[in-house]
Amino acid sequence: MQGRESVVTPDEVMQWLDAVPDPEIPVISVVDLGIVRDVSFEGATCVVTITPTYSGCPAMREIEEDVVSVLRGKGLETVRIDITLSPAWTTDWMSERGKEALKRYGIAPPAQRAIDVSGIMRHKEPPVSCPQCGSSHTRLISRFGSTACKALYRCQSCGEPFDYFKAH
Amino acid sequence: MDQALFQYLLRMGDSTLVLSQRLCEWTGHGPVLEEEMAVANTALDLLGQARMWLTLAGEVEGLGRDEDALAYLRDAPEYRNVLLAERPNGNYGTTVARQFAFDVWHYMLLEQLQNSVDERVAAIAAKALKEVAYHARRSSDVLIRLGDGTEFSHNRMQEALEEIWPYVGELFIDDAVTEELAARDVVPLNASLREAWESHAAQILTEATLRMPAIEGAFHPAHRGGVHGRHTEALGYLLAEMQHLQRSYPGARW
Repeated sequence: MQGRESVVTPDEVMQWLDAVPDPEIPVISVVDLGIVRDVSFEGATCVVTITPTYSGCPAMREIEEDVVSVLRGKGLETVRIDITLSPAWTTDWMSERGKEALKRYGIAPPAQRAIDVSGIMRHKEPPVSCPQCGSSHTRLISRFGSTACKALYRCQSCGEPFDYFKAH
Repeated sequence: MDQALFQYLLRMGDSTLVLSQRLCEWTGHGPVLEEEMAVANTALDLLGQARMWLTLAGEVEGLGRDEDALAYLRDAPEYRNVLLAERPNGNYGTTVARQFAFDVWHYMLLEQLQNSVDERVAAIAAKALKEVAYHARRSSDVLIRLGDGTEFSHNRMQEALEEIWPYVGELFIDDAVTEELAARDVVPLNASLREAWESHAAQILTEATLRMPAIEGAFHPAHRGGVHGRHTEALGYLLAEMQHLQRSYPGARW
């Protein structure tokens, strides 16, 4: 196995991790979500650095276990997960592919950059397009939806409620 | 051991943990579903932040206590949260008033802490700040909606502000811990946050057609002391519920 590990590159590992879904929103991978920050090798040990989305995200431990299990399945014997807090995770790191997957799943992806929503001042919520019918005639129902990372909207055109993945 | 930093980290960890536990009491009892979810999500953010602060506190202390040991195996006099965090939920207006006062202070504090010379403190603060900005905008929304709502909701909201305000003073008092850490550029002086807090709170309260209670009454000795372990009766009941399992079945895991 030693010989095999030495030829695995961090890029390959990153591709493998692209098959690890987010436990809460399984249509998006942990790579597309932007929480895998780095992959490196220390001798035979594969070190994967991840960062939590929200401080209280209950999925973090499951993500760690999933990452280790997928890499073991690929033949990497020793895997270490390092958690980093800084720089803090932002939805700006979400890939375009990830945003498209969210939309198809029925969750409107972030409509702004994180910088646009920073600060304590109450700003106008962005026009968010309905993931069902595409109408931009939508209304914020609640700043928090089914999880901390989402807000609840309703489409005025088709009448359907939907989750909006907040810019963060 | 860096005793001042340890104490300060307990204050941050305990204040977020205790307020989180309070907010969880609304689960299943919220006035409307959307508010209940918002309160639960705010509680979850605060719990995550508490875990980071308490984990770091345990590391700084260096005696092998982790976040769980600190959360579940300390009694009320060892807790270092601000009194505001432990105030009972009351009616929904009381909860909103407490949250608004806390969120705005929390935001102003984290904004400074993210520039701490201690990189561990700065990292937690920068992460939490993004979440707390959202908390503050939401509690401001609700405050305005209730204050500038019906005559009934307006009066309830004003009463809630009068009830909560005496506990605001403690947020802006300094002691040997904050003075030492401020001199080392680890934390800001609490007093330095007061002007920004008052100015922002006044702006939101005006929009809510509510009157800002006098902050001067807030410095009575009966209304401070949480950060030194002198708590109101309310904290004991909260901890009794939160710690029940670990106290009854020490070391239980699942």
